[in-house]
Amino acid sequence: MAQAAAVAKPPTPPRRRRASATPRRLPYLLIAPAALLMLGFIAYPVISVFYYSLQDYNPTKPWRNGFAGFDNFVQAFTDDPLFWDTLVFSAKWVFVEVGLQLLFGLALALIVNQTFAGRALGRALVFSPWAVSGVLTSAIWVLLYNSQTGITRYLADVGIGSYGTSWLSDTGSVFWAAVVADLWRGVPFFAILILADLQSVSKDLYEAAEVDGASRIKQFWHITLPHLKDAIVLSTLLRAVWEFNNVDLLYTLTGGGPAGVTTTLPLYIANTSVDAHNFGYASALTTVAFVILLFCSIVYLRLSKFGGEDK
Amino acid sequence: MSVKEATKAAPAPVRAAPEPPRPKKRNRSWDEVPRWQIYLPLSIYLVFTLIPFYWILLFSLRPAGSTSLVPWPMTFDHFEKVWTERSFGTYFQNSVLVGVVTLLMTTLVALAGGYALARFNFKIKRAFMLALLCSQFVPGALLLVPLFEIFAELQMINSLGSVIIAETVFQLPLSMILISNFIKNVPYSLEEAAWVDGCNRMTAFRIVVLPLLRPGLIAVGSFAFVHSWNHFLFALMFLNNQEKQTIPVGLNTLMGADSVDLGALAAGGIIAAVPVVIVFAFIQKWLITGFSAGAVKG
Repeated sequence: MAQAAAVAKPPTPPRRRRASATPRRLPYLLIAPAALLMLGFIAYPVISVFYYSLQDYNPTKPWRNGFAGFDNFVQAFTDDPLFWDTLVFSAKWVFVEVGLQLLFGLALALIVNQTFAGRALGRALVFSPWAVSGVLTSAIWVLLYNSQTGITRYLADVGIGSYGTSWLSDTGSVFWAAVVADLWRGVPFFAILILADLQSVSKDLYEAAEVDGASRIKQFWHITLPHLKDAIVLSTLLRAVWEFNNVDLLYTLTGGGPAGVTTTLPLYIANTSVDAHNFGYASALTTVAFVILLFCSIVYLRLSKFGGEDK
Repeated sequence: MSVKEATKAAPAPVRAAPEPPRPKKRNRSWDEVPRWQIYLPLSIYLVFTLIPFYWILLFSLRPAGSTSLVPWPMTFDHFEKVWTERSFGTYFQNSVLVGVVTLLMTTLVALAGGYALARFNFKIKRAFMLALLCSQFVPGALLLVPLFEIFAELQMINSLGSVIIAETVFQLPLSMILISNFIKNVPYSLEEAAWVDGCNRMTAFRIVVLPLLRPGLIAVGSFAFVHSWNHFLFALMFLNNQEKQTIPVGLNTLMGADSVDLGALAAGGIIAAVPVVIVFAFIQKWLITGFSAGAVKG
């Protein structure tokens, strides 16, 4: 890594002449460190995942290692109910999380985009959970959900719920408990991005709409929303990919439990490779996850006509 | 989304002026939102946002076993305990090291690449941009096994270097796109003028461009720091030695203990939050105008 940092310094071109005579290789030298790092630590691992997916590969059972063809994939699709369960849960998790985050994020952005007293402070407070890590979010919500000392006890005091409820260990409530915890951290992401995009809506449009007597709801529907569309499409997509892939929160908050009901596909993959050392099978699952992500992303961009008509 | 989209310059913080005062006349109906429609939902949301923060602060400051809703009598026992007995002092050092080195590497490498993308046309530029965008879809979590093998090969398991490299690599694409957008917002003619005055490209860049990039670099650097400070999985996988662990892993250990020491967990959480909160307060100014706009277009 020390080398990479050293290479990163743009080399001084040897010539003293006008800089338009810069050597042709300069741009390549400049992107070289980034390109090498990405080749070595993103591209190569991706390729090796594809390779392992066709292998039986388990360091703890070396005698069985070898070429497996599509056995791993066949096993996943035909003989592994956990794969389907975790896939369905992942879809549910991503759909609910991204949908609710977008809804609340949009509402919040519209609110803090207004002019009102205390706006700067309001914004800072609303956005503050944005920078909190998944693990820290878990830590905080573990405290809140604790049946002895958490908020449920005080809610029970005022008649909501009952004493001794532990939302994280009940298969019925754990999903929404995790959703709320992740919303707490995820909503500011959307609020920030949408607020940023709101800054570029031309004020003249609203003025014109007003002259025409359009109500605020109509203005939102016909001016604000179309303007935000591309930002919304892209941020929901990035967020969906991120929510699908990110295991920090669920890993630490529920550990995929109770009884596996909050295990997403990536969490299942991590368990398969880390605990069971079944690298070949985990790689096959990873490949499937890649393909699903890619497919869904393309379909989503197509359906939403991203960057479409008005560009 | 396309390369075209990404190359379109985001409004750089360089130029982002504080919102211009709006002419009075325009303020009519759009701004005539009844106050309660702002304050009511905002307050409700703030309760939801702030109670968790208050809760962890409360637990970290009140004595074990207390059920008081205010942290009084106040005690710092939990902090002492977590810092020394639970090695959060060591974790903190490790996390700072990882965060700072990741910040420096990401910024330097992304600055070089971003400059190339902003100022040159070269053969593989399109392909390179596409690779940057695609890498956004590659989940670090799913590459754990091959990454582990690479670092094992490099004899870097149990060294902070592995985590630093992994964090840097996954920060790079977005940082580079952002920085190239920031650089595009600095007029090329400024640089050319400096060349005419006898500077070479490097000097011109240092004297003319770099100072104008400062807000953008701060945003990108802070983001890299916060990300690597928060990230959990790489450290969990690549560092087995307790001496080398980082704060998120420490927090996870506290949560995983058989009988969770809630006071210690809360104090650990506060320790984890402090640097991030400081950084957040620092970059807030630039967050809306520059950084996130670039991120969306990226």
